[in-house]
Amino acid sequence: MSTEWKVPKMADLAAAGKEPEILFWVGCAGSFDARAQKVTVAFTKILNECNIDFAILGQEESCTGDPARRAGNEFVFQMTALQNIETLNMYKVKKIVTACPHCFNTLKNEYPALGGNYEVVHHTQFLQNLIDTGKLTIKGGGVFQGKKITYHDSCYIGRVNGVYEAPRKILEQLDNQLVELKRCKTNGLCCGAGGAQMFKEDEPGDKRINMERTEEILDSGATIVAANCPFCITMLQDGVTASEKQDDVMVYDLAELIVNNNGIH
Amino acid sequence: MLLQQIFFALVTIYLSYRAFNLFSRIRRNILLGEDEDLTDNAPQRWKNVFLIAFGQKKMFKRIVPAVLHFFIYAAFLATQIELLEILIDGFFGVHRFFADKIGFLYPVIISTIEILSFLAMIATVVFLIRRNVLKIDRLHKPEMKNWPTIDANLILFGELALITGIVCMNGADVCLQEVDPQNYHHTGFFAISSWMGPLLFGWMDAGFLQIVERFGWWLHIGTVLAFLNYLPISKHLHIMLAFPNTYYAKLNSRGEMTNMPSIMNEVKSMMGIGDAADAEAPPADEELPAFGSNDIFTLSWKNIMDAYTCTECGRCTSVCPANMTGKKLSPRKIMMDIRDRAEEVGANMDCGESQYIKEEVRATAKKITKENYDDGKSLFDYISKEELHACTTCNACVEACPVMINPLEPILKMRRYEILTDSAGPKDWVPMFTSIENNGAVWQLPDARDKWTEELN
Repeated sequence: MSTEWKVPKMADLAAAGKEPEILFWVGCAGSFDARAQKVTVAFTKILNECNIDFAILGQEESCTGDPARRAGNEFVFQMTALQNIETLNMYKVKKIVTACPHCFNTLKNEYPALGGNYEVVHHTQFLQNLIDTGKLTIKGGGVFQGKKITYHDSCYIGRVNGVYEAPRKILEQLDNQLVELKRCKTNGLCCGAGGAQMFKEDEPGDKRINMERTEEILDSGATIVAANCPFCITMLQDGVTASEKQDDVMVYDLAELIVNNNGIH
Repeated sequence: MLLQQIFFALVTIYLSYRAFNLFSRIRRNILLGEDEDLTDNAPQRWKNVFLIAFGQKKMFKRIVPAVLHFFIYAAFLATQIELLEILIDGFFGVHRFFADKIGFLYPVIISTIEILSFLAMIATVVFLIRRNVLKIDRLHKPEMKNWPTIDANLILFGELALITGIVCMNGADVCLQEVDPQNYHHTGFFAISSWMGPLLFGWMDAGFLQIVERFGWWLHIGTVLAFLNYLPISKHLHIMLAFPNTYYAKLNSRGEMTNMPSIMNEVKSMMGIGDAADAEAPPADEELPAFGSNDIFTLSWKNIMDAYTCTECGRCTSVCPANMTGKKLSPRKIMMDIRDRAEEVGANMDCGESQYIKEEVRATAKKITKENYDDGKSLFDYISKEELHACTTCNACVEACPVMINPLEPILKMRRYEILTDSAGPKDWVPMFTSIENNGAVWQLPDARDKWTEELN
């Protein structure tokens, strides 16, 4: 297929006097991390396929400030957050979708106190809504039919924001065998990246947190791990690779699973 | 009889007064924290109290300890009726005051108490076994050494004493109703002591039975009064604080860290946005304000109430990803440390020595207040930076706590102190901070943020 994938930018639309329905907040990982970029691309393709009226901020987007705030650096958080809110309010943004649970949480729960009020959805919720409203159909008999898939609840989508069902509903439609991990939903185990851990070495201990989670994943017998967070994907992929199971167990974002299932290329 | 009445009144009033003072002291210690308004949305707060505190909803995530604990909890609630009767009997020198006033309800109530007490006894024995024989992992972490373990066992033995008291008191009473109906009126059938009383005490004569009855009665009320005075130095305080602690638990999203308006306004005026841009800059000679928390005075009162409510069950620590992978962080220890520090400060304030007043105001200060307190120590003497740095903010501890304690909040407040006031923190974080500040991204990369769009087609 030679579809031309479009990624409109807010500034261009504004110059043409247009306001898109929804802003796709890409996030630092989605923009720069080679692995997370693939998720960004997959989600962009779905947005295109479903004819969603969206745009990105592009160069005008900054880190939401989540890791700085959780590390304790409120100054850096406020600087980047207030800058973002200036930009978002300038474009009169009302609705935001993001594929990063940390961006999602900060935009949704922390920006209001700073003067940024938006309707924020995570891409798993957005995708589920596309399916519910018939805009997106998951093709039957896809590549995942009969495969054993497990789902890793990220802390900031799961326990922190209480989204457990939307991602699972999507997985059920992929015609696979969903196996739950021992620690799931409210009891889900962290991948080890949150709270700015991603950006520093571990404190002394006898194991890395991502290895603890990876062992549980390997025990489940699943060959595919569905995740919803770029940082979880990095941590779990590292764990799988360190266990030398990278040929047997694949770590994917839900958007990638849909793209692969539906053959959107 | 009159002598007993006077003795009872003196002991009860004295021990209640003493307990009241100890509780007032804890209230004072809690209020050493910063003010925080947690009174919005009262209907939701009452709902939480009903479901989580009274209903024990969060306990039931672990079914075995939840059911066992529920027996003890239900017995505790039901026994309050019997306790009320004991107090009336004690003060007015009567015997089983309610017996001839509420008719058939009396044996129903007493039977309920007896059945629940029997279940509570089983639960207590199982708890002793879990703690001391099976050595359940979460009950044997490093912070549980010495006093916390003794404390836990003392509470369980105290519960056995309460139940023993009821068995003796009711069992002997049932026997006495047969041999001395003049003084021991028939009360109706008691579910357990009506058959267990004769079995245990049936061989005794009236005099002996009276001794056993009085022994049980005094053992029960004595243990209650002892508990009342013991609670303020024990993890068992949760039987009281669980209720207000649940009521005052934060209702906003777990994902929201408390905003710091002072920093927000400063950054706003720096960036020249909003009303803050017009506000005058603070005078330059003013002392740099401290941000975050290094001691109980800069935690909120709710953080300190959390610490006093903690019953050291360790559910938080057992689900903490850092702790289970061998890091030093234990959310339970954080709460125990805050409580211990509050106790230390409280004790120093009570002793009133001027060495605990800041040097610069020592000459003029009349007494120790939370504003002028200084003992040269802080929470950092209890909680190490290594512990603080290990937290992933995953909220598993917050989710796990059955009494709505939030161990994450003080951890993050102390991180703020370390970074903002001490300008310290893990050096690995510095590039992330500078990169966000200078490039608007967590990594310092040469590429444009939207470079991925170029490779899309």
